[in-house]
Formats: sequence, structure tokens, C-alpha cells
Amino acid sequence: MPEQGARVQMPRMAALVLRGLEYFTWPLNLDDYLELISPLWSTKELRGRIERIHAETDDAVTVYITPGFRWRGHRPGQYLRIGFDIQGKRQWRAYSLSSDSPRPDGQITVTVKRTEDGVVSRWLHGPQATGSIVTLGDVEGEFVLPDPVPAKLLFLTAGSGITPVMAMVRGLERRRHLDDIVHIHSARTREGAIFAGELGRIDASHPGYSLIFRATAEQGRLVPADLDAVCPDWREREAYACGPGGMLDALGEHYTAAGLGDRLHVESFEHFVLGGIEVRGGTITFAASGIAADCDGTTPILVAGEAAGAKLPFGCRMGICHTCTGTLTAGSVRDLRTGDLTHAGTEIRTCVNCPDGPVTVAL
Amino acid sequence: MPQTEALIENPIARFSEEEIEQIGREFDAIHDEVFADLGDKDATYIRTMIALHRQLALLSRAILLGSRYKPAWLLGTSVLGIAKILENMEIGHNVLHGQWDWMQDPRINSATWDWDTASPSDAWKHSHNYVHHTFTNIRGKDKDLGYEIMRIDPHQKWHPVYLLQPLYNLILAGFFEWGVAVHDLDVEAVREGTKDMDELRRQLRGIGHKAWRQVAKDYIAFPALSGPRGFKATLAANFTANIIRNVWSYAIIFCGHFPDQTYTFSEEETENETRGGFYLRQLLGAANIDGSPIFHVLSGNLSYQVEHHLYPDMPSSRYGQIAPKVKDICERYGLPYNTGPFSKQFGSVQRTILRLAFPGGKPAAKPGPYVPPADEEIIRPLIAV
Repeated sequence: MPEQGARVQMPRMAALVLRGLEYFTWPLNLDDYLELISPLWSTKELRGRIERIHAETDDAVTVYITPGFRWRGHRPGQYLRIGFDIQGKRQWRAYSLSSDSPRPDGQITVTVKRTEDGVVSRWLHGPQATGSIVTLGDVEGEFVLPDPVPAKLLFLTAGSGITPVMAMVRGLERRRHLDDIVHIHSARTREGAIFAGELGRIDASHPGYSLIFRATAEQGRLVPADLDAVCPDWREREAYACGPGGMLDALGEHYTAAGLGDRLHVESFEHFVLGGIEVRGGTITFAASGIAADCDGTTPILVAGEAAGAKLPFGCRMGICHTCTGTLTAGSVRDLRTGDLTHAGTEIRTCVNCPDGPVTVAL
Repeated sequence: MPQTEALIENPIARFSEEEIEQIGREFDAIHDEVFADLGDKDATYIRTMIALHRQLALLSRAILLGSRYKPAWLLGTSVLGIAKILENMEIGHNVLHGQWDWMQDPRINSATWDWDTASPSDAWKHSHNYVHHTFTNIRGKDKDLGYEIMRIDPHQKWHPVYLLQPLYNLILAGFFEWGVAVHDLDVEAVREGTKDMDELRRQLRGIGHKAWRQVAKDYIAFPALSGPRGFKATLAANFTANIIRNVWSYAIIFCGHFPDQTYTFSEEETENETRGGFYLRQLLGAANIDGSPIFHVLSGNLSYQVEHHLYPDMPSSRYGQIAPKVKDICERYGLPYNTGPFSKQFGSVQRTILRLAFPGGKPAAKPGPYVPPADEEIIRPLIAV
């Protein structure tokens, strides 16, 4: 079964009434009729409508979405799975919410950078997205500020890694908690930086928040060793970092070496950073169809199978939703993100695993 | 089903292995071209169809609140009948085939769909999608060939019970959904005692549940909504709508494989069948019905039975589009393209049912290679699209 949106939690009485009405609507349910009026009234699957799309920079847009019936909110820093219907086909992606909760108009936002071959990101930059209905998954993620907010904070962000932290900064501003915060943000150029304007305004109007911008095209990338110069008291600060996997790995090592591993909280959406993991690849046999596919050491089983003509279930394609799972009946696979080895007899996600030698999957 | 020797040679025999492979590649190409092109237009089509069914269903149920007035009864019953036909044919049958699974929408998906009929979708998907579509028209393997209760092919051995077939044919037409539900149980296996009893119990429970929900909806809930004075009239209207839907789907489905033009195959003929051979068997074993675009939608595009059997997982709205390409292959390879107006197809099926109730019978004369109609013979459809 394809990936599904979040179930809408209904009050008990309402759920009972809905079940009673199914005697009239069976085998459909009331939802199927409510949808005729507004797709946002779904009680089965959470939906949203893209209200407008705002260009942040040349290659990044903020998407304003009105969530459907009984949206339960989110905490700044969390991410949301969103299913976009593109060319008739539902495509799931996970994006950090860039909006603080709640906006006065009830909308939530995600901010998306265009990538060269990104089906969804290119569509969001096109004319068709505005007004369309999307399916919303569950709000997920542990990358959130604790309550109460730590007295001294350090935000370390790079590129589009700014989005979850932007939500945090917005939330802190609204709650007047911008007390002692250092925010080091790297982007290639100042002009191309997402949210440069808003961050600059907050920096100017709140003495407790200081933004250190680093244009990597001129100044080069920030390395953890620079922290002593840029933010001398970094050891005393609770740190929240979001950016490319390489940056997060380096920070992780630096903090661990300083004995401050639990001070650092990270979020990465670059699930396909291989980090030097050696995977051998091999031939995949799909038991259901008998199709055999050759797979090199960098291609997920799902992609290699589809290229060989196998019909495989898929969902998020990034190891989140477990739609693509199948049982590995022979051989071993490695997780392309972590390098973890999994042996036959377990359920594997085909979208993030790669064969390590010949394998058979019961799909 | 006891078999006798083949009474007629099928045209596959005159092709060489290479030719069959070549034909297979040509049919594959049509499939791939359509699947590479699926997109928003197709998604909009099925969503519109689904919305149309729901609107018609709501409309008919609203009209039938006044079912004790004759005009409301007639109008409401007709609209409800059409809604049920759409739900079963163009939507239910095709969604359960997985024709719309490519959209990755969990709510328009063969794994989750359920339909307003007596067959639980799991059992039906097995007996229809797998057994019937894989072994189409192979005598002894395709259990839809006469549905294990009718003699529809002269190869089937006669038995005195078939003398009653003209009678139970009529009953089947009216209660077709129940016939299909029971058929899905694999009556022959039950009779022979080879059916797994737990499985049978589970399937019977499934049918029982569906029967109860249909009774609860059409014969209790909606009649009650019409009030004490309208209860009986609404009940009668709903019953009639179910009969309309049953007779219609019976008529369309019986025209799919039983008209005179179609061939049946022995197990020996289909041994070691290749992909190309599969396409040829589907082409020869199915028959279309000519009609207007509205007719095609109401038949669930099963009036394109040939195209449907070549590509059971292709969105039904594409069948009309690929029909000229299929005809082109038929013309070039000297193959028949089975089709005809509804009256002709349905008439030949009914004649066969009557004739084969009695012993004997020969396969009907088969059409020759497809010849495109001359320009002056082309009739414009009722509504052009």
C-alpha cells in the first residue's frame, strides 16, 4: 500500500456518529462525500492547501499551506511529511517547518530550495503548485528546544539548514526569549541566503540575539576549530545545528572531543551522504516477479529494481515511511546512510539499502 | 469441466515463434508508450469519475426521499441505477485491477478499495485478476468460461443439468453480483472437496458481511429515512436499482468472452506460451462492443474488452485511445479484431446459451483478418469527444 497521510484524531462522540453514518455510505464513508465540498474536511487523512508561494531567493521558495481539519500544531524545529500530487502521482517529501506555530492566519510554511533534478522542488517553483491540495503526514522530529529554554543558546546553520532554526528564532522572538543567543549562519553569498532580511531585522532589533553571517564564497567554510574565535563561550551554550552531513559530522566529533557531546543537537536532511561507506553492490532477485537487477554500490535496491522493470512499492524514498519494505530472504544489505549491515530474514527498506553481494528480496 | 478434443484450430498455430515474439514486442510498445505518458490528465479523469458517482448517488438518494410519488420513484431509481453502474464498472472493477495504483494515492488503490457489490474485494481480485486474466479462455483453467455452471463452449461436455441453463441464465442476470460472489469461492473445488475449509469459512464470512451491509444500507437505512409512508417505495427503488446494475453488468461481461467471434484454447495449445503468445490468446479470446463514449464509460470501458485483456492494468480511459493501434497490428498480421454492435454481440451470446443447453454444437464461424471499414461505413458516435 502506498504511503498515507496522518490520521485525523476525532473526538469520541464524533467518531461514533461517523461510524453510524457509514450504514448509509458503505462501502464509502462520510469523508468521501465531504470531500466533494472541501478536500480539507477529510477525517481520514490530513490534507492541506497550498495558498501561496513566496520566492525567498532565486532558488528557494516558502510554501504557505493551510492545514486541514483538526491540525494539531507543531513545535519549532520539527519536520512534516508532505505528499504532493505531481503529474498524477503522489510524491512524498519531508521538510522542516519554517513557520513558528501558530501563524495568525492558521497557515504553516515550509521553505524549499530548488535542486537540479528534484521533482518536487522544481514543481514548487513552477506555476501549478499554488492552489493545489497536498496530503500531510505526521509532524515528526526531536530537533526542538526544551522547555524552559536554555539560558545561553548557539545556533549553527548552513544553507537551507536554516529552516528549522528559523522556526525556532521566530518562536523565541514571539515569546520574547531572545535573551542570549549567538547564531552563526553560513551561506554561499549574502544575497543568496534564505531569510537574510528577516534575520538581519531580528539581529538589529534584539540586543540578545547576535547573528554572525559567513559568506562561504569569500570566507570559506566554517570549521569547528573556528568556534573559539567566532564564539569564545561556545562550551557554555546549548548548541542546535542543521546543515549538510559533513558539517554535522565535524561538529559532532569536535563536541565529543571536548566532552560536550550532549550539548549538541543536530538535524540533517541529507540522508544520502555516504560518508565513505564501502558497499559492494550485487545482483538483486525480486522473488515475486523473478526480475533480476544489477546494482552498483551506490544505488538503492528500489532504484535498481525500478530500472530493471520491477514494480515495487515506494513512499518517501528517504528511509522514513516504511512503505517500501520487503523481507530480505537471502544475502546481506547495507544501509547507504549509516553503513549498517542487515542480514537475510529481516524486513528492509529498499529505498535506503544497497546489496552487499547477491541478494533476494520477497517483493 | 470435462474437455473434449479441439473442434477448431486457432490462428496462433500459423505463426512462427519469431513472428509471435515480434507481435509481442509491438504490443509491449503500446503499453510502454501509454505508461510513460500517464499524468495529471489521467488522475483528473478518475477523480472526476469518482466525484460524479458520489454526486449521482447523493442526488438519487435525495430524490428517493420522496419515493412515494411516482415520478420521483422513477427518476431516483434510474439515477441510483446509473450511479451503481458507474461505481461497479468504470470505478470499482478498474481500481481493483490496479489501473490507478501508479498514482500512489492510498485512497484510489487496489489494496484498499472496496465496492458496493456482494464480492469481497480480496476474493474477487484472486479469481478475476489472477485466475481469469492469466488463464483467459483456457478450457479447464479459466473458471470464468461459463462460470462453472454454464455450457458456453461446445468443447464442454454436455450434462442434463444444462437443460436448465436458459432458466438460471435469467436468474443470474438479475442477481449477477451474488453469482460472482459465489463463483469467487471456486464452486468446483468446493464440490470436489479440494477447497481449504478455513479459507472457505473466511470467504463466506466476507460475503456475509457484505450482504449485511448492502441490506442495512439499501433495505433498512435509506428506506427508514423516507419515513413510514415512503419505506416500502424506497426499498423497492433500491432493489430495482440493484437489479438494473446486475443486469447491465451481466450483459456487458457476458459480451466480453462469449460472443461467436472468440476462440477458446486447450491446455496443450498454451503450453510454454511466451509473452507474444499471451497477447495473441487475449486478442482472440475477447470481444469488444461498439458504442458511443457514454456507452464505453457505463460499461467500465469493458466494451474495449480486447484492449482490457491485453493490458488489464492500464487505466481504462486509455483503451479507446490505443484501439486504433491494436487494430493496426491486427491488420498487418492478418489477425481478427473481435467487435460488433451490442445487439449482435449480446444476441450471439444468448443464442449460444440456448443452443448449448442441448447436446452437441459446433464452434461458430470465426471472423477473418481485420479489415478497416470503408470511409462511408464509419458511423459518427452519438457524442464526439
